[in-house]
This record gives sequence, structure tokens and C-alpha cells, in this order.
Amino acid sequence: MALLSVEHVTKRFGGVVAVEDVSLGVESGQIAGLIGPNGAGKTTLFNLITGLYRPDSGEIAFEGETLLRTPPHRIVRRGVARTFQNVELFPTMTVLENVLVGRHSRGERPASELLGELGLDAVAQRRTGSLPFGTMKRVELARALASGPRLLLLDEPAGGLGHEEVDELGALISRIRSSFDLTVLLVEHHMNLVMGVADRVHVLDFGRKIAEGPPAEVQRNPVVIEAYLGSERPQHATA
Amino acid sequence: MNRVLRIAGGVAFAAAAVALVLVLPHWLSDAKAAEFARAGCFFIAIIGLNLVTGYTGQISLGHGALMAVGAYTTAILTADHGLRDLWTIPLAGLVAMAAGFALGLPARRLSGLYLALATFAFAVAMPALLKRFSGLTGGSQGINLFDEALSRSTGALGHVHLAGWTLATNDFLYYLTWGIGLVLSGAAWLLVRGRLGRAFRAVRDSEVAAASSGINISFYKTLAFAISGFYAGVGGSLFVLVSNWFVSPSTFTFDKSLLLVVGAVVGGLGSLAGMALGALFIQFVPTWAANLSSAPGAPSVFFGTAIVLVMILLPGGLGGFLLKLTEPLTRRLYTRSE
Repeated sequence: MALLSVEHVTKRFGGVVAVEDVSLGVESGQIAGLIGPNGAGKTTLFNLITGLYRPDSGEIAFEGETLLRTPPHRIVRRGVARTFQNVELFPTMTVLENVLVGRHSRGERPASELLGELGLDAVAQRRTGSLPFGTMKRVELARALASGPRLLLLDEPAGGLGHEEVDELGALISRIRSSFDLTVLLVEHHMNLVMGVADRVHVLDFGRKIAEGPPAEVQRNPVVIEAYLGSERPQHATA
Repeated sequence: MNRVLRIAGGVAFAAAAVALVLVLPHWLSDAKAAEFARAGCFFIAIIGLNLVTGYTGQISLGHGALMAVGAYTTAILTADHGLRDLWTIPLAGLVAMAAGFALGLPARRLSGLYLALATFAFAVAMPALLKRFSGLTGGSQGINLFDEALSRSTGALGHVHLAGWTLATNDFLYYLTWGIGLVLSGAAWLLVRGRLGRAFRAVRDSEVAAASSGINISFYKTLAFAISGFYAGVGGSLFVLVSNWFVSPSTFTFDKSLLLVVGAVVGGLGSLAGMALGALFIQFVPTWAANLSSAPGAPSVFFGTAIVLVMILLPGGLGGFLLKLTEPLTRRLYTRSE
């Protein structure tokens, strides 16, 4: 049974259908990639899973039980944590305080351990508002991990990072998967990263799911190539 | 080591504040002691407002009305129910806490200017409500404990005998308001430094991230308003005592709510250190402004100018300025310890 299952989910905003009849399953222990061009509905799907939006129809279940009647702050308690595309930190609080807020509902790991794991020891007492973007992203990741999640949703973790940082990020995601016993769903434009770490890739385009499979297979899929850049190969389609 | 020093610094600051409060009356005239006691009431209410606005980021233009709830609780219980005025102070806090909870309910749905307007409506309606329920509140005449419950009004006859000491009434009221103020600011400090304070600030900084970190936003917003209501209620209760045991609807018109916002902002939102300075500012600066010129409207202009000057010159408020002054000293202590 899939840890997370999304079944026939549709979400409209006024006349615009942001997500249309999307189904996908994420198996326990998997790193799943969710890719697609801008506006494909990836972030909307994240917001549906974490309860910030409610679907117009369809079902979202975690560990076999529906998430749709759980308010956002309780979804964390059930074991689903996330990061944000544009980084949503608490800018007036220190790095340590941000991580401590992450432990609000059910912190299991000591904050100091998380700071060490993500290389944030040196900046623990700095306010997050003044940190470099790449560091902010790691703080957000540490905060999400602090809640002791079973499923981690990462919304474009490589966005705004340099080449070396992206390589490190890939290694980091693989490492935390095993050390925190995690399942990861990853929205990403950065094809090299997704192809490097994901066990399975789901592709959205205009709110609909157009493909699913192992990374290498999806990469060769003509429908996916078409959706990205007409005839070009998708690895050039980095954000 | 850092942590030990920071706590030691906090204790030293608290000890200095207590010492200052204790010795100050020796240099104060009787009339000045009364004015300081009044500032003490504002101090307590402003701490409460700061919890909601400074820490949780929810603007309230209704805290003057919460003070009114506390004030009338004290006046009614003392005049009509035979309680001694001093014992009604915590009860006034609790009743205003319930009112604060109710005032916080709109904050679950509204934010920013819309919440400001909802709380504004509460402040504007309060005097009319007080007049409407005249059976309870004495209508526009108000309640005068000096006439109605002299024997239960502590110190109303000019002196207070306390454990073998005799204190002039205004000195007593000064110690009472600032003593309660210090205790309540200590309590606020304990509240905001841990899990609760982090949840408040998380709601202020980013609601979406707070919710995604497991924080029940509605709960913490209403909790902030309720705790804040307790503070405003205690401040309002004491305000009856320092106003010659008298309260009427015109004591708590809308401008009291605005004055509290001025005090909190001038004192420095989001820090507790400046709240006493903010209270002194709204108590004394209008009086000084009135002494500068008696031309029509001139005092208001001076008061307004003083606010603008503080905002431009001291962006962190008076409290931020205070911290900046002591920063070189504390930093030297920290570095020496490492």
C-alpha cells in the first residue's frame, strides 16, 4: 500500500483548472520526483496535500487514512512536513528558533543534532532574515525535519542554488532519506537533480498527469519531451 | 556560558528595575507620585497590547475598551457586591480576559486593516454600551467608589497602614501599580521566552509556515488576545483606584485605545524592555506639551511631533534604543567569556 495516495484530485480556481483528475502514489521509503513546466500544477498539488487548499473532488490519503478532514497544523502531526518554493522562514527568529518551532507539534530529534546534520551549527544564533539563500533553504529543511516526518515534501529545493550546491543537495537528500527513515516527494525543475536522486518520476502538464515511471524512462518519453520544449531533451529545461 | 551570562544580565536588569521603582518616590512630590501611578496602569495594559501586536502581529485598536471592562468590574464589585477594591484586581483581569478572547475571535478570519477596524468598532462602541446598561454601570454618571464604598476603597482617606508602616495614598498607589506591573512583566517575559512565545512570533512572521510547522494559528491568536485582555483588565482596574476611585464612560473613550498603541510603538514593539518607557511617554509627554504653549491645538501638535521624532530617530522605539545603548557592554561581557 502506498504511503501517500492521491486519487482523481481536481482543483479549480475560478475558471482555471489548476489540477485535473491527478492520481499518484508514493511508496514508503521512495524518493519520488514531480516535474513539469511552469504552471503545471505542482505547487498546487503540494498545497492540496498539506491542507492549505481543499480539492474540489478526489481523495488524498496518508497511511491509508484521508488527509482531507485534517487541518494544516494537524497534518504535520500526522507526519507530513514540507518546504516552500520561495522559502517561508520566520525572519525575525534565529536559525535555532526556527528549528525549535519545527518541533512544536512532535519534535523527536534534538534541535542541536539537526543543526549539525545540516551544517548549520555556525549560524545557529543568526537571524534567518540575513542569511544567504542557500543557507535559508537548509534551515527550512532542518525545520521540516524537526517535526519528525514520515513524508517530506520538498518544493524546488534546488531553486536559486549554484551548480556545486545542487550536487551537494542531491547527496543530502539521499542521506537524510536513510538517516531519518523518510519518504520524499520532490518538486523540481532541475532535471539532473531529479534524475540523480528519484526512484520514480511523475510528470504534470497543464494540471494533468502525462507520464510516470523510472527517471530514465520518463526522460525518453516523447510526450514529456514535447511538453517541455517541443523537440528538445528535457535536461536542458532547467529553471 | 553565553546562556548563563544572558540570564545573569536579565536578572541584573530586573534587579535594577525593582531598585529604581523602590527608591523613586523619595524624589517625587505627592502629585507626581499620582501621575507615575497612572503611568503604571498604562504600563500593564501596554505589556498586554505588546503581546498581541508586538509578538503575535495582530493589531488591536480596542485595548482601551478592555481596560474599561477591567475598570467596571472593579467598580461594580466594590460598589455593589461588598468586595474590597484590592481583591477585585485579579477578578477584573479574568473578566477582561474573557472579553479579550471575544475580541480575538475576529482575528481568526481578519487580518491587517480589517482586524484593526473590527477592534476599532469595539473601542468606539464601549462608551455607548456602558451608558446603555446604566442599571449596572451607573450610566453616564459612572461609579464613584469614594461616595458609594468609601470603607472598601483602600487609602481613599489619604493614608494606608500596611504592616506597621504608614504610606501616603499616592505613594501606596505608585508601589501597587508598579509592583504589579513588574510582576506581570516578569510573567510576560517567562511566557514569551519559550514555546508559547515562539508560536506567537511564528504566527507574526509567517502564517503559512507556522501552520505547516504544526501551529494552530486561530488558537494562538485568540490565546494572545485573551492573555492580553488579562493585562489590560488589571491595568483598567488599577486605573479606577488612581483616578480617585471614580470611573465613567468618558474615562475610556476611543483615544485611550490609540494612546496605548502609541505607547507600545514608541516603547518598541516586540520587546518588553521599552514598555515602561512607552507608558511614561504617553503619561508625561502630553502634559509637557501642554506646558510648552497654551495656544489652541498646540499641545496636540507638540505631542504628535514628539511621536514622529521618536519614530524617525529611534526605529526600534525607546526600548530598542535602550538595548542599543547597553549592547557594547553586554557584547564585551560575552566575548570575554569565550
